[in-house]
Amino acid sequence: MPAPPLLALRGVCKRFGAVEVLKDVDLEIHAGQVVALLGDNGAGKSTLVKVISGVAPADKGVIEWEGRAVHIRRPHDARDLGIATVHQDLALCLNLDVVGNLFLGREIRRFGFLDEMAMESRTIELLGRLTRAVPELRAPVVSLSTGQRQTVAIARSLLGDPRVLLLDEPTAALGFEQTTEILDLVDALRDRGMGVLLISHNLGDVKALADRAAVLRLGRNNGFFNVNTVSQEQIIASVTGATDNVPRRGTSYEARW
Amino acid sequence: MRRATENEQADDAAAAGGGTAVRGHTVSGALRSCGAALRRRFRAGDLGSLPIVLVLATVWIVFQCLNGNFLSPRNLSNISVDIVGTGLIAVGIVFVLLLGELDLSVGSISGLAAAVFAVLNVNNGVPEWLALILAVLTGTAAGAVQGYSCARTRVPAFVLTLAGLLTWNGVMLAVLGTNGTVNLDEHGLVADLTDYYFTNDAVAYCLAAVCAGAVFTFSYLDRRRRTAAGMPHRTLRHIALRTGAIAVVAFVSAYLLNRFQGLPLALLIFLAVVAGLDVLLRHTHYGRQVYALGGGVEAARRASLNVIGIRTAVLAVSGTMAAIGGLFLASRITSVSQTSGSGVLLLNAIAAAVIGGTSLFGGRGTTWSAVLGMLVIQSISSGMAITDTPSAAQLVITGGVLFAAVVIDALSRRSQEARGRA
Ligand SMILES: Nc1ncnc2c1ncn2[C@@H]1O[C@H](COP(=O)(O)OP(=O)(O)OP(=O)(O)O)[C@@H](O)[C@H]1O
Ligand SMILES: [Mg+2]
Repeated sequence: MPAPPLLALRGVCKRFGAVEVLKDVDLEIHAGQVVALLGDNGAGKSTLVKVISGVAPADKGVIEWEGRAVHIRRPHDARDLGIATVHQDLALCLNLDVVGNLFLGREIRRFGFLDEMAMESRTIELLGRLTRAVPELRAPVVSLSTGQRQTVAIARSLLGDPRVLLLDEPTAALGFEQTTEILDLVDALRDRGMGVLLISHNLGDVKALADRAAVLRLGRNNGFFNVNTVSQEQIIASVTGATDNVPRRGTSYEARW
Repeated sequence: MRRATENEQADDAAAAGGGTAVRGHTVSGALRSCGAALRRRFRAGDLGSLPIVLVLATVWIVFQCLNGNFLSPRNLSNISVDIVGTGLIAVGIVFVLLLGELDLSVGSISGLAAAVFAVLNVNNGVPEWLALILAVLTGTAAGAVQGYSCARTRVPAFVLTLAGLLTWNGVMLAVLGTNGTVNLDEHGLVADLTDYYFTNDAVAYCLAAVCAGAVFTFSYLDRRRRTAAGMPHRTLRHIALRTGAIAVVAFVSAYLLNRFQGLPLALLIFLAVVAGLDVLLRHTHYGRQVYALGGGVEAARRASLNVIGIRTAVLAVSGTMAAIGGLFLASRITSVSQTSGSGVLLLNAIAAAVIGGTSLFGGRGTTWSAVLGMLVIQSISSGMAITDTPSAAQLVITGGVLFAAVVIDALSRRSQEARGRA
């Protein structure tokens, strides 16, 4: 019997008020694999990430961790399981410095007080692995550029040695060099057996990096692909809805107008 | 992006040590390296406490020119006791401001606590220490209730505490009953809070030495650990300069206080509370959460912080500090009346925190801003009294200082954001 996926979602639904943002979504993330999550703007990708990370818990559906059903109701639950997230909006505390943000909620203590030195040296080590251009560690994050903030958010997600990493458009604001650095990092993490969910609008990156791709369209699954065999056109067709795998949904959506 | 070595300590080390810019083992070298660190912070839009220190110096010089008695040991000693009551309340306000909220109920809570103490002790014969504890706990409870409901309902704290302002004021009137004013025991514990002076000169000097020694020891130990780990660290000269500056302020204050009646107990308590809470805020897990919440509720929530717990705790702290401050204010006049905790008390406490440099936008500031802000406010009011200036002018001037503080706060926030957008 093959090992169960590290993380599996089955029939996950999420609504915000009257809007049904996710409907019966399935997803599997295996150890040592990069899964690309694709979809147009507003398809529900970020919402799915929030469901998995406990920020916006699912209304319905099952989440399995190594084949065992688990409840993720708070960010805390996800973190305890070993799920780390880089949110699209980064979720950094702008007034805290880089070190403060990295260790927020899990500060290193010494005699009951914050051990700034230990945290700082760990930060230098982590950021050094990520990028050659390390930002100013003691400046408040508000004074960093968007790209620098993104690097900080990624560094923070790696802190607790997670087993599943959710990256919501992690390279959107990064320059060429930093993007390459991050993609290399994702590659290295996969080789170390981490499961990665990568949201990106850049099909080139997805083709180069991902093992599998899942497409969301209007809050529903719209196809799973093996990235090595499928053509770029097929993926685009699935993302834009030219090949709706759930045609009923498409028509009923249009019928409402 | 810039390298990590750009951070403050490293830069100082480079500047004062083997760097190309500054050489030599001179005080001026250390001064220049401190100057470089300060300039970098100013460019980053963080003026620190520099504006407020300048304002304070200006106020003192102006009043000293107008009346030679202003900087006399007697007047300075009185100012140092007068800042304590409102200053303690302002410390609580700093906590609330760090969340980006405002607590309007502190005046009423301070009056309520004083009334609880007076009625328990004077009217009902409860021992002073017990009445004192119960009065302080009343403030804690009142604050915690407000904090919890504010966190649960997500109503902004200033609205909820506006309700608190009325409610606690009503409760206080009910507690005091119809007899109006209660006079406290002139020689009791609470009266001593603002009336006791350590007449032995050695106390003030020892304390000054302990302060300077503690600052030096902690900086030195930190430096040694960092050097051992090969991390950026402060230079010895930087540490010496910092310790020296603190020692000068401490010993000059001790000397002046000793020239009058010695170190006031009230001032000692105030400084101990401020220093203790400063350590709590900036060097513990709990304090870090307060700052984080002020910097972004959603970010704090996603980092699995207990948002409701923190809100409740912060308003409980503010209620507690209000109660303690109320007892000091009652001690100053050894009586509690229906007007206790009313009037400009609330406004002064908030103004002190803001003038001292705590941001209204949350996430920036320290408890020391309560001390600095109160010093400015009390110096103005004392100077006005000494020079017989009408109180109308006093209000206008204090208002002007507050206005300037708010503008500086907003501008420094803007400049920080502008830098980030680049
Ligand atoms: N808190 C919320 N309340 C109401 N509607 C929401 C909320 N969050 C998201 N939505 C809606 O859910 C839908 C999906 O949003 P989501 O952010 O998940 O899209 P996305 O796929 O991440 O898009 P993008 O590529 O632009 O990041 C959108 O229509 C959005 O309006
Ligand atoms: Mg999104």
